[in-house]
Amino acid sequence: MRNKYTFSKGVDEYFSGIHKAYLFTALFFREAFKKPFHLREVINQCFEVGLKSLALISLTGFIVGIVFTKQSRPSLEDFGATSWLPSLIGIAIIKALGPLVTALICAGKVGSSIGAELGSMRVTEQIDAMEVSAINPFKYLVVTRVIATTLTIPVLALYCSFVALYGSYLNVHAEETSSMISFYQSAFKTISFLDITTSVVKTLVYGFTIGIVGCYKGYHATQGTRGVGKAANQAVVLAMFLIFIEEVIIVQIANWIR
Amino acid sequence: MKKLKQRSINKEDSVISISGLYKSFGDLEVLKGIDFKLFKGENVAVLGKSGTGKSVLIKIIVGLLKPDRGEVVVLGHHVDQLESKELNALRIRIGFSFQNSALYDSMNVYQNLAFPLTMNRKNLNKKEVDEAVEEVLEAVGLTDKLKQMPSDLSGGQRKRIGIARTLILKPEIMLYDEPTSGLDPITSAEIIELINEVQQKYNTSSVIITHDLTCAKNSSNRLAMLLEGKFLKVGTFDEVFDTNDEQVKAFFDYNFIQ
Repeated sequence: MRNKYTFSKGVDEYFSGIHKAYLFTALFFREAFKKPFHLREVINQCFEVGLKSLALISLTGFIVGIVFTKQSRPSLEDFGATSWLPSLIGIAIIKALGPLVTALICAGKVGSSIGAELGSMRVTEQIDAMEVSAINPFKYLVVTRVIATTLTIPVLALYCSFVALYGSYLNVHAEETSSMISFYQSAFKTISFLDITTSVVKTLVYGFTIGIVGCYKGYHATQGTRGVGKAANQAVVLAMFLIFIEEVIIVQIANWIR
Repeated sequence: MKKLKQRSINKEDSVISISGLYKSFGDLEVLKGIDFKLFKGENVAVLGKSGTGKSVLIKIIVGLLKPDRGEVVVLGHHVDQLESKELNALRIRIGFSFQNSALYDSMNVYQNLAFPLTMNRKNLNKKEVDEAVEEVLEAVGLTDKLKQMPSDLSGGQRKRIGIARTLILKPEIMLYDEPTSGLDPITSAEIIELINEVQQKYNTSSVIITHDLTCAKNSSNRLAMLLEGKFLKVGTFDEVFDTNDEQVKAFFDYNFIQ
């Protein structure tokens, strides 16, 4: 029988969903530090996450670098400040674009893949099969994937930033002859230790978000194949939404510290 | 078809004992007071229409679902009162064959079989694992499928590999969920034969969930007819179907007896 204090099914489901997500995340932290650690599976998943996204991140990072440089040059030329271009690009890419572009690509590619994979395992009873074989499916499937995304996405973001800077350098070099070393030196001149730390912390948080959201949606998939599609879709939408919120919060915190 | 060898069954040595079991999902009452005993060395087929709670019953036995009320004792343990470690120790002694086999899509046949073994018996070396895999594949007659992926197997082969995966942990109790559903009559007969061979070779006691009378008749010592959440009749094939009950008669009439 429904509780008499329940005033709306939708609101009720919304809050019980938040509670379930909280319990899921808490369970992750409880299980992550308990043996067995399934290191081999973590390494497998790191390769999966990294290799799956590498080509797309390389291409996107390169294009972002070129386009951003092309768009910024005319504005700086108006003020005769084209020499500031490498610094501007460095700040934009390392502090914001690199981590954000990587996170959004991985939310789409890795988040949906985790959601669909676990969702299909749920609806075809593969997760139940693990459980009845005395294997902890949460530890084997969820913990390993979340650790893998948390560790791999910062590395991918760093790689994306370097590729974007290289794209930018090629564009600068096409317009005016300059050495790559002096371009990178100028780009990093205005980047502080706090900026690098903030970027790394951001990407760690994004990686954790992508992993936990993908796993949560997949692990609780229902309604057969339709549920699998829904889980993959929701994993992407929710992860992207949370990434933007986290971006705002982390930038605010970094500014307060500064 | 090789029939089940009738063995003397000690009626005081029960491996599963269920009393007053109730289970509902929301407002839907599925099990309404089940009393049941499975004795050591016997096979019992649980018959009933789709949606009567047959699969729910074995999921409660293996601890995948929790009962609302009632007592479920498996191999001397109250399943619903066990801690996760104790429950896993018990699950190793129970084999669960899923309706759709639930083979791990991302693993080949060898990996599917070795996975539960390597996760539960960490001290085994590669040679011992290989030998165990070979032994169960031989038991199900599929030694040539070692490197194949589950998607490359036929329905009957998937069922056999699913059974082999449970046998690798040498269970004392086997739970079969619709072992012949979706199979042609010849493959069904082969699966029934395999169930009987497993009982003889591995000395298991089994619960076979089915709505297939041929399977029930040829693979079990006793039958239990589940209707409207309760066992209407429990006994040998002739005892159960020698009745004037309209529902039981209707169930009989719609099935083809070999």
